[in-house]
Amino acid sequence: MSKIHVANRQIVRPGDLLAEGEDVKGGDYTYRVGDRVYASVLGLASVDNGVVSIIPLEGSPLPREGDIVIGLVTGVGITNWVVDIRAPYKAILNASEALESFNPITDDLRKYIDVGDYIIAKIIVFDRTRNPMLTVKGKGLGKITEGIVIDIKPSRVPRVIGKKKTMLNVLIETTGCSIVVGQNGRVWIRCPNKQLEDIVVRAIHKIEEEAHIPGLTDRVKKFIEEEKKRAGL
Amino acid sequence: MSSEKPVLIREDGLRHDGRKPDQLRPIRMEVGVLSNADGSAIVEYGGTKVIVAVYGPREVHPKHLTLPDRALIRCRYHMAPFSTIDRKSPVPSRREIELSKVIREALEATIFTELYPRTTIDVFIEVLQADGGTRTAGLTAASLAVADAGIPMRDLVAAVAVGKVDGVLVLDIDEVEDEFGEADMPIAMMPSLNQVVLLQLNGVLSRDEFKKAIELARKGIDEIYRLEKEALTKKYLKYPETV
Repeated sequence: MSKIHVANRQIVRPGDLLAEGEDVKGGDYTYRVGDRVYASVLGLASVDNGVVSIIPLEGSPLPREGDIVIGLVTGVGITNWVVDIRAPYKAILNASEALESFNPITDDLRKYIDVGDYIIAKIIVFDRTRNPMLTVKGKGLGKITEGIVIDIKPSRVPRVIGKKKTMLNVLIETTGCSIVVGQNGRVWIRCPNKQLEDIVVRAIHKIEEEAHIPGLTDRVKKFIEEEKKRAGL
Repeated sequence: MSSEKPVLIREDGLRHDGRKPDQLRPIRMEVGVLSNADGSAIVEYGGTKVIVAVYGPREVHPKHLTLPDRALIRCRYHMAPFSTIDRKSPVPSRREIELSKVIREALEATIFTELYPRTTIDVFIEVLQADGGTRTAGLTAASLAVADAGIPMRDLVAAVAVGKVDGVLVLDIDEVEDEFGEADMPIAMMPSLNQVVLLQLNGVLSRDEFKKAIELARKGIDEIYRLEKEALTKKYLKYPETV
């Protein structure tokens, strides 16, 4: 007999008993002692098909292979760049993953990407024993040349995107800006004008703060419309 | 400090500050009090005030300390120069270095360090005001701050000290009771798992008293555990449901 002790979207804390029973499965951020499943982080419980998992409210998940991240270049080597992706590990972008042909004897990497540049990149290899490797080959990847980059809490990234990208689509459609959300908690925003940019930034911070309260998409939609009216757009 | 021993257990059976033997001091807890830290908490046990900042998991510096299979936990317990009646030298004393170690070991038992190899988690415990029970308040605050940083851990740690003063076992002893009492026993537990992560004993207790003291501590720990959970939840109840 299995018993689940938490409701969907209930706030749980480390050590909270989530479920009892042999056949209950513990998902992300849970652990098992005997036939008891406990929470290991502060977050919202999510019960799906007898699997209890937790959506964390704090902290930043480790990079995963395939993630699209926005990185800040912090170093330039002979054949690679060192990139800060807001993880406990420094990411490496090899010249071969950014340029078609590159000769380190005659060429200088600083010509293409320099320290202080933001890049949109994909993680190609990462397994915790070595630092993550990046690539900028692919659609929508590469150096950021316009717009702004803001930092948000990495735990809020799923909310800024929303289920089936609903939240992201609301942000894009109501403001006409183009937005890229990196899995590491950086957001690239490119807007037609400064007022819209300002509204998007404030809307994203609103999402960040109210991530745990239901009905967020509608509230954000209303917020943007009101702000647009106020700004006379 | 006064050298004369005050009356610790009054004639009506209450303690020098009017508490019952099994009563905690007023406790206040808050998480997320520092914006630059990844996780933070402030905890007050009566006149004892401790603030904790947690950073990490982050890159280890200096590099040679890196552990290949798990996260390194570094812990600094420190008393502010203004935390005591006579100025305390800000240089970490022998006592503070030892407390840093025992608190670190208690935290290591709770954190899933193997999830973050080659990183470090730094815990800074700063005693702002000392009135007995700083290690227990510090450990409680540290565990709250680690939870606030979103680091996966087995359980929160709740800690309290039990003492023996004038032959009576009392819960959550303060500075005066510690100084003139016969025994001081700090205990820290992961209450959900029923595991002890720190147990020290200064003074003498009989076998029977020890058992009673553990029971008494468990009562205090359960109450502190409830307050810890409340403090973590409270951070997310600031915004009303209907906004």
